[in-house]
Amino acid sequence: MAGYKPHRLSHWAALLQRLSGLLLALFLPLHFLALGLALDGAAALDGFLTWTDTPLVKLSEVVLVGLLSLHFLGGIRLLMMELLAWSEMEKTMISIAGGATVFFVAAFLLNVFG
Amino acid sequence: MAAKTEARLWLVQRVTAIIMTPLILAHLFTMIYAVQNGLTASEILERTQGSTGWAVFYSLFVLCAAAHGAIGLRTVAVEWFHWRGRRPGLLALATFLFLAVLGLRAVIAVVGGG
Amino acid sequence: MTSVESPSSKTDRQITVRIWRGDARGGDYETFLIPDKPNQTILDAVTEIQRNQEPGLTYRFACRVGMCGSCAMTVNGKPRWTCRTLVETVSGSSGVLTLAPLRNLPVIKDLVADMTVFFEKWGRAKGRFDDGGAPDADFVPVDPTSADRREVDAAIECINCGVCYAACDVVSWDEDYLGPAALNRAWSLIRDEKDKGRIERVRAVSEKGGCLSCHTHQRCAQLCPNQLNPTRSIAGLKRAVMSATLKGEL
Repeated sequence: MAGYKPHRLSHWAALLQRLSGLLLALFLPLHFLALGLALDGAAALDGFLTWTDTPLVKLSEVVLVGLLSLHFLGGIRLLMMELLAWSEMEKTMISIAGGATVFFVAAFLLNVFG
Repeated sequence: MAAKTEARLWLVQRVTAIIMTPLILAHLFTMIYAVQNGLTASEILERTQGSTGWAVFYSLFVLCAAAHGAIGLRTVAVEWFHWRGRRPGLLALATFLFLAVLGLRAVIAVVGGG
Repeated sequence: MTSVESPSSKTDRQITVRIWRGDARGGDYETFLIPDKPNQTILDAVTEIQRNQEPGLTYRFACRVGMCGSCAMTVNGKPRWTCRTLVETVSGSSGVLTLAPLRNLPVIKDLVADMTVFFEKWGRAKGRFDDGGAPDADFVPVDPTSADRREVDAAIECINCGVCYAACDVVSWDEDYLGPAALNRAWSLIRDEKDKGRIERVRAVSEKGGCLSCHTHQRCAQLCPNQLNPTRSIAGLKRAVMSATLKGEL
């Protein structure tokens, strides 16, 4: 307990958690509206999907997967810190969150451009 | 604000996060799989149309995300934009309704028909 | 603002000290030069300036040895104790020291901040021992190795210096936020076997501005000169609030 020195990592982690949450909240309505196009039939949705078949849009989808993974895994870290007994494993948790994010992003990247 | 309300909002945010954990994992893996070799409307709708399972899955996801995001945005409004009084609560309610309505509409769009 | 050459200075090097001067209505930085002496603390530097250059400079200190917490101020952007911080640690190769009063608190004058609201929040968090109105008939056994007592011991050495309060972002974002010190003290009392005010305290820390507003930035734990961990205490408070909510005790 004495000599506990957390790193600025937790400060950055908190900021990223908030910013990713904000961006996801802004994106979500667009996501719902796009899917809602299917109400007008598959062709309407297809038209939209063709329009999104550009590298720029695909790149932003990768970014979104990244944001979701970051927020999701960062959230798990927070839940662990708040609900479980205090652990000094913070750096490990952040590394796991970072590593898993990279995994998800890479998997999506490979498939969306593959 | 009353201690009870603050505590309940906080709890709802944490509980929706916990509920969404398996949902997000499933969603990420589904997306990674679905974007292989391009994404078309019929691919999406084939999977989702007429499916009670996906209807329940996505409805739950939408409602949790709407509540979680609404409470999060309320915190940002209070801390970064210094909103006070009734405005933060109204923002949360409006956000929840907006996301829930758009989201459930999207669920109907991809589950209905077929 | 000429510098005074002290006969005991070993080098001709000087330290530039920028000090915020002013009061609640506003102010600005003034620059002073002092000789660069080895093992000089920030408190030494400020005292040198006040005695030899600017008698009107206002600052706080008491024990000078890191026991009272009175000398806390913002040093090159970070809240620190000036009596336990060496000039050379902070100024480094740039040779520049920037001093300002503690963040998040109103200024009285120059480097002196008004700690009133800090202690008000201490009270609002019910950071005071509650014996329930009547002392126990017999001693309450306190086992130093029990989980409760270990939690209390980890949090109890707070001397209210205000460094954590100044460091906390949520304090700067939300004027209702009770802050790390007050919440840390509430936690040490909630886990105290002898205290009788547990449920009032749990209610006090779950109000708006209570423990639930902590976003675990951990600046408090990073900067506490006594190496306490208010984030850890606040995590404990969150669990206490959570169970009280689920049990309908709030």
